[in-house]
Amino acid sequence: MAKTTLFLMLFMLTAGFSEAQKSVPVYDFDAFKPLLHRQNDTTYVINFWATWCKPCVEELPAFETLNENHKNEKVRVMLVSLDFIRHYDSKLIPFIEERSLQSKVILLNDPRSNSWIDQVSPEWSGAIPATLIYRGNMRQFYERSFTILEIEKELENFIRY
Amino acid sequence: MKNTLLTLLSLLMLGYSALAGEGVKVGDKAPSFRLQNVDGRMVSLSDYDEKTGVILIFTCNHCPYSVAYEDRIIALDKKFATQGFPVIAINPNDPSVQPEDSYENMILRSQEKDFPFPYLFDKGQEVYPEYGATRTPHVFLLENRGSDFEVVYIGAIDDNYQNEEYVEEKYLENAIADIQAGRKVGNDFTKAIGCTIKKQK
Repeated sequence: MAKTTLFLMLFMLTAGFSEAQKSVPVYDFDAFKPLLHRQNDTTYVINFWATWCKPCVEELPAFETLNENHKNEKVRVMLVSLDFIRHYDSKLIPFIEERSLQSKVILLNDPRSNSWIDQVSPEWSGAIPATLIYRGNMRQFYERSFTILEIEKELENFIRY
Repeated sequence: MKNTLLTLLSLLMLGYSALAGEGVKVGDKAPSFRLQNVDGRMVSLSDYDEKTGVILIFTCNHCPYSVAYEDRIIALDKKFATQGFPVIAINPNDPSVQPEDSYENMILRSQEKDFPFPYLFDKGQEVYPEYGATRTPHVFLLENRGSDFEVVYIGAIDDNYQNEEYVEEKYLENAIADIQAGRKVGNDFTKAIGCTIKKQK
């Protein structure tokens, strides 16, 4: 009995590596902002999305594939959810589990978007999906949807140097 | 020489079409439109030439941000229509991409919520690009200048989509107050997170 439990626990621990996030850290913009300005040689691909946003959901597999394709390189994919905080348990967590999302997911909960949209990029009107790619001081913002080929091509501009 | 002129001319035209693609800015003349309302009738901007202004809102059925603002849009019309600033709502989405935003569903939604304002369908999606709307909801406040309407504010209704109780700045109402006081609109451009306008790729 004890042996089975131990085995089960071990199994769950190892399985944990490929499991989706069970909880999502919640940020307001002030807390989130440093994640847009990390000064190192990693390229960050930051996708703004929400579970209710159809084109966002359609392009998520592209970002998941991107994450998988570059997991051994200095590339980090982050999915920044703009879901309403009241849908955290009812929509966001179940969505992440159902699709077993492997990229890092955070929730940006800061309704005063007029004060922070320009700080992500002055080019952003506020519509999602939107994506920011940056490495050090090199950055590019996109208010559009991506296929895997399209996002790979954009990423290439950052990692080939 | 002739070639140079032609090149210049085509460059100018390119520049113009690129500008046109970006839509209007504050201070620009509001593009006219004539679109079908949920009651079947056609509504034009020129139908409003007796009004002080128009609160033009690109919005739709499906978008949670639009839904979150629905009651506030109804309240805006109830408050400001009598002051000469009625609401006109336009659904800019292509229903072949977002079926919830079909004309039939617009009719249902306007009946459910008893919209006191026209809810027009941008069939063919020709109006929203002229305004440069990019998301729903996206507000354009228009002021009557006699011969036409001028865009005097572009942006969000207020600074909190999640909870009306926590609103600190009512951008749109402040803009209307500025006009009513004979002032230039102080904060004439704001941004907000919203749903992209749905179109065929």
